[in-house]
Amino acid sequence: MSFWLPVIALWKRELVRFWRQKSRILGVVASPLVFWLLIGSGFGDMGLFFPGSLVLTVMFSAIFSTITIIEDRREGFLLSMLVSPASRTSLVLGKVFGSATLAWIQGMIFLAFAPLAGVKAGAAGLLGAAASIFLIAFTLAGLGFLIAWKMNSTQGFHAVMNLALLPMWMVSGAIFPVAKAQVWVKWVMLANPLTYSLALLRGQLTPEAAAGSPPTQVSIGLTVLFGVVLLVASAKLANRKSTASAA
Amino acid sequence: MISVQNVTHRYGSRTALAGVTFRVSKGEIFGLLGPNGGGKSTLFRILSTMMLPSEGRTVIDGLDVDRDAAEVRRRIGVVFQSQSLDKQLTVAENLRSQGSLHGMSGSRLAARMEQVMERLRIADRRNDLVDSLSGGLRRRTEIAKGLLHSPRVLLMDEASTGLDPRARHELWTFVEELRTREGVTILLTTHLLDEAGRCDRLALLHEGHIVTEGSPAEMRARIGGDVVVLESADTATLGGNIEARFGVRPKVVDGTVRVEIPNGHRFIADLFEAFPGTIDSVSLHKPTLEDLFIRETGAVCT
Repeated sequence: MSFWLPVIALWKRELVRFWRQKSRILGVVASPLVFWLLIGSGFGDMGLFFPGSLVLTVMFSAIFSTITIIEDRREGFLLSMLVSPASRTSLVLGKVFGSATLAWIQGMIFLAFAPLAGVKAGAAGLLGAAASIFLIAFTLAGLGFLIAWKMNSTQGFHAVMNLALLPMWMVSGAIFPVAKAQVWVKWVMLANPLTYSLALLRGQLTPEAAAGSPPTQVSIGLTVLFGVVLLVASAKLANRKSTASAA
Repeated sequence: MISVQNVTHRYGSRTALAGVTFRVSKGEIFGLLGPNGGGKSTLFRILSTMMLPSEGRTVIDGLDVDRDAAEVRRRIGVVFQSQSLDKQLTVAENLRSQGSLHGMSGSRLAARMEQVMERLRIADRRNDLVDSLSGGLRRRTEIAKGLLHSPRVLLMDEASTGLDPRARHELWTFVEELRTREGVTILLTTHLLDEAGRCDRLALLHEGHIVTEGSPAEMRARIGGDVVVLESADTATLGGNIEARFGVRPKVVDGTVRVEIPNGHRFIADLFEAFPGTIDSVSLHKPTLEDLFIRETGAVCT
């Protein structure tokens, strides 16, 4: 039994479904774009808030893509995955890679606005940003899966979004820098995966504004670490046998 | 082929299955019959490896469903009552992704897809989105999906739900063929008595217990003689009077009084002499599965 066959099939499924619901693209890119325009214009510095808005786009997109697992469960498609011999780990990987790819595509669309933000990154910076976006997307998709797996309604997910994910983004350095924060907030920021996502993108796109944020190598290392931990946790959760119905 | 041993399942404090035991032989069409809430769905979830029972053991094709879940999943095809198709994909895309989940690819998958689509007559709809299909076509696609990996055991949960009589008839012809030609063992749940009558063997599941089991003919024979059904303005009183006078045990169900008795025609004559003017109508028939169902569950099968 091939491990990768189901992974690829589920990855493809995510892309096909996304392509058939084009309104999703607009929804996910539009709101961070509005945020960016408003906050950037308010502070009179479009470049400063560009990386943060990009992180927000990727976060919205990765999370909204993984919560489709809740629809998969409700609409029954998940049933056929669960009673198939495909390993649960390959199901998790397929879903997470699929969602990460979608978030990456949307992140890249947002990245196309970089010149408008006055971002002067060269080819290397843009390439680095493209790679960073995938890494961030992958980590956040892992987080989304972990949250969504046990949920049975998308309503609950919105609460998580408002109470956990948006605050996470606010203390990532997107709005105020780590260096200027109060001590306890600083610790929260340093424990926050999004802080490193943001530092990673700042380093590539606006290195002049990256002073005071964690160095690139540390950010890469920690983002990968967060990603792997979340993926392993998701796989463990999905592999659990239960006397409660799987769907 | 399937062996369910002393399976008990509880949801919190509610017991859905209480020590259920039965066997299904290879190539058999086995029906789990019962009213809603009787435990059919719970048992189906356990058999299809979707959850573990609180207690007991289930073996399919010699493999323990708990320990060898992955191997069991290779051998079973599952057709769910609720739909399990991705509505935003086409028929062919649904089948292809199902094939991938079962480790099939390339020409082997393509050939098998052709075969099942032909058999279920959905080949001309292969490029249609499932969302645009009628209920009957969706069901056929579900079944095609369940059969794609050539399972040895097919599990069907209320498979004919939402099908019109003709589609239901076709489904049954297909199921019988599958058993005869390919020796597939079929276990299905149903609450339809005409469907139950076409099974080789049946188990009647009620309140978490198997109350009776056997071939449809054996089950019908378990009711001796005839069934007499009476209508009356006051069924409770009539039932009581009949019991007192004739020493039989009538059942008052759904506005009728039902009596199982040999030589029903004589009994009817005696009844009218004993209780003139209180009986509005009377009917007599040979026992059916419905009679057994009513006797065992006290409910009318809908």
